[in-house]
Amino acid sequence: MAKPANKPKAQSSVAKPKMPKAGDNSVSPDELKSYYRTMLLIRRFEERAGQLYGMGLIGGFCHLYIGQEAVVVGMQATIEDKDAVITSYRDHGHMLACGMDAKGVMAELTGRSGGYSHGKGGSMHMFSREKSFYGGHGIVGAQVPIGTGLAFAHKYHGNKNVSLTYFGDGSANQGQVYEAMNMAALWKLPVIYIIENNRYGMGTSVERASATTELYKHGEAFGIPGERVDGMDVLAVRAAGERAVEHAKGGNGPYILEMQTYRYRGHSMSDPAKYRTKEEVDKYRNERDPIDHLKSRLLQQKILDDAQLKAIDAEIRKIVGDAAEFAQHSPEPDPSELWTDVLVGA
Amino acid sequence: MSTNVLMPALSPTMTEGKLAKWHVKVGDDVKAGQVICEIETDKATMEVEAVDEGKVAKILIDEGTEGVAVNTPICILAADGESVSDAPKAEAKAASEPKKKEEAPAAAKPAAAKASAPPAPKEPAPAPEPDYSGTMVKMTVREALRDAMAEEMRKDGNVFLMGEEVAQYQGAYKVSQGLLEEFGEKRVIDTPITEHGFAGLGVGAAFGGLKPIVEFMTFNFAMQAIDHIINSASKTLYMSGGQMGCPIVFRGPNGAASRVGAQHSQCYASWYAHCPGMRVLAPWSAADAKGLLKAAIRDPNPVIFLENEMLYGHQFEVPEDPDFVLPIGKAKIERPGKDVTITAFSIMVGKALQAAEELAKQGIDAEVINLRSIRPLDTATIVNSVKKTNRLVSVEEGWPFAGIGSEMAALMMDEAFDYLDAPVKRVAGLDIPLPYAANLEKMALPQVENIVEAAHAVCNR
Repeated sequence: MAKPANKPKAQSSVAKPKMPKAGDNSVSPDELKSYYRTMLLIRRFEERAGQLYGMGLIGGFCHLYIGQEAVVVGMQATIEDKDAVITSYRDHGHMLACGMDAKGVMAELTGRSGGYSHGKGGSMHMFSREKSFYGGHGIVGAQVPIGTGLAFAHKYHGNKNVSLTYFGDGSANQGQVYEAMNMAALWKLPVIYIIENNRYGMGTSVERASATTELYKHGEAFGIPGERVDGMDVLAVRAAGERAVEHAKGGNGPYILEMQTYRYRGHSMSDPAKYRTKEEVDKYRNERDPIDHLKSRLLQQKILDDAQLKAIDAEIRKIVGDAAEFAQHSPEPDPSELWTDVLVGA
Repeated sequence: MSTNVLMPALSPTMTEGKLAKWHVKVGDDVKAGQVICEIETDKATMEVEAVDEGKVAKILIDEGTEGVAVNTPICILAADGESVSDAPKAEAKAASEPKKKEEAPAAAKPAAAKASAPPAPKEPAPAPEPDYSGTMVKMTVREALRDAMAEEMRKDGNVFLMGEEVAQYQGAYKVSQGLLEEFGEKRVIDTPITEHGFAGLGVGAAFGGLKPIVEFMTFNFAMQAIDHIINSASKTLYMSGGQMGCPIVFRGPNGAASRVGAQHSQCYASWYAHCPGMRVLAPWSAADAKGLLKAAIRDPNPVIFLENEMLYGHQFEVPEDPDFVLPIGKAKIERPGKDVTITAFSIMVGKALQAAEELAKQGIDAEVINLRSIRPLDTATIVNSVKKTNRLVSVEEGWPFAGIGSEMAALMMDEAFDYLDAPVKRVAGLDIPLPYAANLEKMALPQVENIVEAAHAVCNR
């Protein structure tokens, strides 16, 4: 399987993304509304999860996605039902974007029987075969070979589906990531590596962890094209995602998208975030917020007015409120659940 | 409706903290997500955000207050349109979530007090071993393994083989000879030398509906991949509430070969057998190899299949029946006897049988049990044997500490204590990294005479 020296096309000089302009008819008002709605759902869901954690109703680790919503919502807009999605432990947003039920996700966070894993997985370990969401993985970088394997299965089955494999800047230096990239390029597997660069792997900045900080170039050794994307802009994400999906579905192998994004909260709930300044966080919050950004666009383009925005707010608040309610009233798993699902058919 | 904002916990262990600073004052409108105050513990400072929008109606805890207990109401938010002055009087039920929890049906209450777990369900009895009384053919363990894979690949298009040198080279130990020619490069795949990566890729392929056979050139190299074997393959079914089965076989030679030094000579039986969520099989004969590998490929769970390089070239009789397959979890009594039970697996079964011949000459009638399956372990066959012989010698090539022999001793305590006439004796590899020098290596691995000696010891003669 000798590999021709295929020159990466879109990399090195950051490709000029074809940004949908205001009124660009490639994005319909309904699409914009739906992106806004999903991003807001993730934001409000995560805030509520943080609150329930603060009340002691959610235990263990809890990694919130607040600030990064545009990444998963923009990417989800580029794929079809059977395309696989897999990510790390910062996974609540991905599940909601995949269409998983907020109640089932929240109830898993509270460790109740109504959760997606019947309370046996927790925040970092949830799955939905129905929605092609393959987890929720707690070991940094482990989802990258697994996501590559999902792409392998797609190719083996001869279907046209892709695997969206998300990981953070923290995983980007894991050895297994490069082992997987090598095989993906060697075997031209339809996998898109989405690096959610939120600038800190726990408390260590990218600059202090990576010898080269242009993470989109980290596939160059394997000839994998990559591009850097404004991960705070859902439309920029979508546009880049479309290029990547087209590349992968066209049988050209893997593609890397480095999403420049930011998490407003700490790495996990117990992180005081002393490694960055309040000014830095505020700057992103006030100037770059993906939800505010899209909201102004919706108002400017007169797609929605204040009253309609308020109605969406109320609708989301109800979904999240119902989820929180369900998550507190769903019973804890029956003790007999201790022994189920250890082995199939045993 | 007014809302109480409660003192949050920053971590599962936090019980109280300091309310360091208010960012809002009575009468302010707050939006969902807006930072309203800062709290501090000895470890961290954290901002508290409003979850709902509203107007600050009352601040209940002053800035600078230390020792505020988690879940204490710290301020009241009045909802849209509600009068601020009325709010403090309003019933603060919306946010008093812990209170609500108390009102919840009994079943929803965290049952922290009752910590005792229900007993483990009984392991289902292994399927009875079918009687293959038809024609037998002679073949090597190597051929048996190859035939098992080929037959299953013919039967099921989702079965494929991947690993280092399995395709064009025909297998580092020639186990996959001829498979590339028959099944093509789509299903017989040479990988780069990246065990961690291809083991994880295999797990992903299994999640994606395929049935991978992942060959490790030796199990020593699988240590690079052990995170995916344990954390990804064996635990995901449980963590997903039963959604994500992982039908995958990890196979390859295990244990000492011949003078390849400590890094290439190690038995992993007890490592993998320690973990729930997997099967661990260790064949000895060619019939074991063929029947168990076919069963492993058909099993919907992750299977660790421990082969032995020294046995690849050994010939045994194997049933010719194309439907020949062995049940997982069934040990085999290779030699019946009445004086002492000797359990062994993989290459040590041969040594145990030789020892039994020696012992017979000396008037001791040993029963030799070939475990075949380490997990699940066929405890019934072992216990029934000991009920008859009242003595047990466990043989393994691996290290003694926390080894399979330790498990045998525990099994005797649990299920056969009253039948024992002597303490269980373990024959195992010496508790050292395996040396290279021929004489030292031989001393470090269990030999026939060690087994004979152990049998004499438990028989007091």
